[in-house]
Amino acid sequence: MIVGLDMGGTNVDGVVIEDYKIINKVKKPTNRDDLFGSIWSALRELLMGVDKSKIERINLSTTISTNAIVENKTDAVGMIIQPGPGLPYDFLACGDENIFISGYIDHRGEIIENFNLSEIERAINIFKQKNIKSCGIVTKFSIRNPKVEKSIKKLLEKDFSPITMGHTVSGKLNFPRRVYTSYLNSAVHSVFNEFSSSIKKSLSQEGVDSPIFILKADGGTMNISAAEEKPVETILSGPAASLMGINAMLPTSEDAILLDIGGTTTDIFFLANGVPLFEPLGIKIDRFKTLVRAIYSVSIGLGGDSSIDIEEGQIKIGPTREGKPYSFGGPKPTPTDAMIVLGQIHDGDREKAYDSMLALGEKLNMAPEKIAESILYTMADMIKDKVDELLDEINSHPVYTVKELLYGKKIDPKLINIIGGPASILAPILEKKFKLPCYFPKDFHVANAVGAALAKPTTEINMLANTSQGILSVPELGLYEKVDRSFTLQKAKEKAVELIKESALSLGASKDEIETEILEESSFNMVRGFFTSGKNIRIKAQTKPGLIHELRSDWND
Amino acid sequence: MIKAKNRLGLVFFPAFDWAISPTHPEREERLLYTQDQIFEEGIEDIEGIKFYNPIVAENRDIERVHFAVPDVESRVTKSHLISVGGAIKAFKAVMEKEVDKSFALVRPPGHHAQRVVYGDRGFCIVNVEAVALERIRQEYGNLRVAIVDTDCHHGDGTQDIYWNDKDTLFISFHQDGRTLYPGTGFIDEFGGPNAYGYNINIPLPPGTGEEGFLYVLDNVVLPILDEYKPDLIINSAGQDNHYTDPITNMNFTAQGYAKLNDKLNPDIAVLEGGYSIEGALPYMNLGIILAMAGIDYSKVKEPDYNKEKLKQAKDITDYIKQVCNIVYKKWRNKEELWLKDIKGKDYIQNQRQVYYDTDGIMEKQVQNFKVCNKCSGVNTIDSRSDTGYHIFAITIPRDACSNCLDEGYRLYKHSLNKYTNVYLQDRVNDEYLAR
Repeated sequence: MIVGLDMGGTNVDGVVIEDYKIINKVKKPTNRDDLFGSIWSALRELLMGVDKSKIERINLSTTISTNAIVENKTDAVGMIIQPGPGLPYDFLACGDENIFISGYIDHRGEIIENFNLSEIERAINIFKQKNIKSCGIVTKFSIRNPKVEKSIKKLLEKDFSPITMGHTVSGKLNFPRRVYTSYLNSAVHSVFNEFSSSIKKSLSQEGVDSPIFILKADGGTMNISAAEEKPVETILSGPAASLMGINAMLPTSEDAILLDIGGTTTDIFFLANGVPLFEPLGIKIDRFKTLVRAIYSVSIGLGGDSSIDIEEGQIKIGPTREGKPYSFGGPKPTPTDAMIVLGQIHDGDREKAYDSMLALGEKLNMAPEKIAESILYTMADMIKDKVDELLDEINSHPVYTVKELLYGKKIDPKLINIIGGPASILAPILEKKFKLPCYFPKDFHVANAVGAALAKPTTEINMLANTSQGILSVPELGLYEKVDRSFTLQKAKEKAVELIKESALSLGASKDEIETEILEESSFNMVRGFFTSGKNIRIKAQTKPGLIHELRSDWND
Repeated sequence: MIKAKNRLGLVFFPAFDWAISPTHPEREERLLYTQDQIFEEGIEDIEGIKFYNPIVAENRDIERVHFAVPDVESRVTKSHLISVGGAIKAFKAVMEKEVDKSFALVRPPGHHAQRVVYGDRGFCIVNVEAVALERIRQEYGNLRVAIVDTDCHHGDGTQDIYWNDKDTLFISFHQDGRTLYPGTGFIDEFGGPNAYGYNINIPLPPGTGEEGFLYVLDNVVLPILDEYKPDLIINSAGQDNHYTDPITNMNFTAQGYAKLNDKLNPDIAVLEGGYSIEGALPYMNLGIILAMAGIDYSKVKEPDYNKEKLKQAKDITDYIKQVCNIVYKKWRNKEELWLKDIKGKDYIQNQRQVYYDTDGIMEKQVQNFKVCNKCSGVNTIDSRSDTGYHIFAITIPRDACSNCLDEGYRLYKHSLNKYTNVYLQDRVNDEYLAR
């Protein structure tokens, strides 16, 4: 038995799944001033009448960290940043205090110049004066050599906590994003940890002792203790929950377009051979581009409640929502009003809906029914234009080998899966526009909660073995060890798979659900002078994203 | 986040699966550390910098510039078509005004590839800039272009291709040919009869540093560009002038190279050589990217950078001043020199030997340029290689008059039987024939 819960901006949705079926579900409004209270009341209701000893795991998708960042309710953070030569660095000042220190590490991981102790002492004084408790330490190329970050941490440990070191947040190269991600991790640390201790306490009071997992933006989970260490990974898990939900309800192994059409926005996702597409580096939150692994999702301001205007003889829908649909007492005509006029929704004040279409139609010399139809076609056009634009971008993402350029995978969608209020009404129109079959589940209302429930632990590693220097590194795991000249690409791949398994186990995965895959592999001959001095081997590996299981297709019958 | 002052297009194509041979300087690893640096600096997140993939060039694009012997398929690989395609993409992004400037970091390089191609010389088979530029001229009309070759080696391939083309000013500064491959690039290599003075070489002594390169730029290159007024400036951007380069003897730096690009202000840069792959390329390329994007590059420097050690000796400075003086005077006097050297002649003939160091091929050529008062004049190459070919190649220039056009076809039809292959480039009609 699995419990899944998704906290959105407006609602908290929850489900209990047993034997591939939803056996219980709940929907509660989100109280933005009491997020824990909102989750807890939904969870308690959900667990009523359930045999608590049979719960295998509880998966939560929360907006705790996201809200704290967006609403600026985070902790003050003192940042110590070693930028070294390269780009100007003023723009990296994201903390409440930012100390830029001297010294640097080059791309090989060599410490070319060490930092100055007095700079750290100065930082400590300033942070103390400002009553700052949380810190972030980031150096350029720290994933190639974390020594400097570690020595500075030792100096801070006595007085500060939490301290996030740059090399621990990701194994990917991108110094500015490493700075921002480390900052955010320290900034949301206490707000997330308060939440996690409350939830653990309340569950144990209820007699629930099953493991708790938190959903990440990559559509996977991690156990709650891992989340307490790296709370930044819990941001923006909502879209991931909805994508996983769509996949659970409408499984496919094709290239596909996934749409979640809501009241205010439409979220767009893509599948390549049934596997979700990821952001190349990480997700953006507020003004920060991060290294937080995330499912690729693009949100456009177009939904059932988007306001409609006529501009220069054209129907303009969105991007804002100015309130409820006209037929529900709102200020502006909306696509929902159009659907009511066309008899596709039997709700709201039909007369008012008709009036709103009549008024719009007059401006274009069209009958109310005609313009209502036109609105839905415009909506479909807007979605198609955006999807086409995104596909163009995705299919021209930079590649670095002749082979990839000539024969690389291009996403060529074969179908569209849709959830959301207007899904069933728009599906036939989208089908015509895209010339692709469209599918929608019978009941999408708890899709997000189902997605959260069925997500499983995910992890990624970026391994670099430089046999010329004799160093093997996996920054995500804090692994830096010696490697000899006989190390090969094959050995590296085997090691990567082993490490991924270990890492997934430490995140709470059970052995049988771990499916590993190598995403990227390369091995370069390193030639110095006229001789081969070693190999530069690079591996990116992950647990394959996916579901614990799909739902039975008859689940909502 | 940082915003670029100039919108910059980057075609970064390191061709991680292509090498001349496993231990050759042109091997898979060459741009690996440049990629690390670009990624770590977060260049892709800078507003105004856009990454592009190369397109794949067509055989016809190669035929427009080169006489590949026996044919394009036998000499040119997909990797070369992609490297050229990268440069075409960089040009197009600028021509379509998607970006203000662009930089193609592509390999294999191309500036040693001449009109006739029997094989690989100086790691080049196809002249990347020239093939891209001629495709752009076919699509966008006849542009007036200056190519400034800043590679440490003389750009002898580009010189050969634009030898007689007044609409393409070629300026190369490089380590003196008496001390470095390919052994050419002297001041008296001044251009063909229709472009006399539009081929400018500035040979520099070993040991030239920041001061010397920037002196050349300020005192020769920029004044000439001011007078020439090109529609486009291309930097043929080799990076082997660096003080750590293993196959040259200069003392240039990442800071110097960034400054050079800042001053030169090229519309398009295309990577050429540069083989100090760990110690120089990451910093040089970063410097060029920032300078072209109009972002502060003052903090870019190499790990072992030592300003004092790299200071240019006084005798070198004095020598460079003299060279610059001679070159600039010669440019100013080009019309008089034409009257003296060319006027009254019907044909100008050049004989030379070309060595393909990478493939070990020796070629003997006789080039024959018609001195025409209406156009650039039809011209021919009679070439033999020690691989058994004896070819005759005719070029009808873009601006050919009807007489020269007819003569080109006549030469093609009535060529002698002794040739193994005969080629015709009709750039007026964009037609390329071979038999």
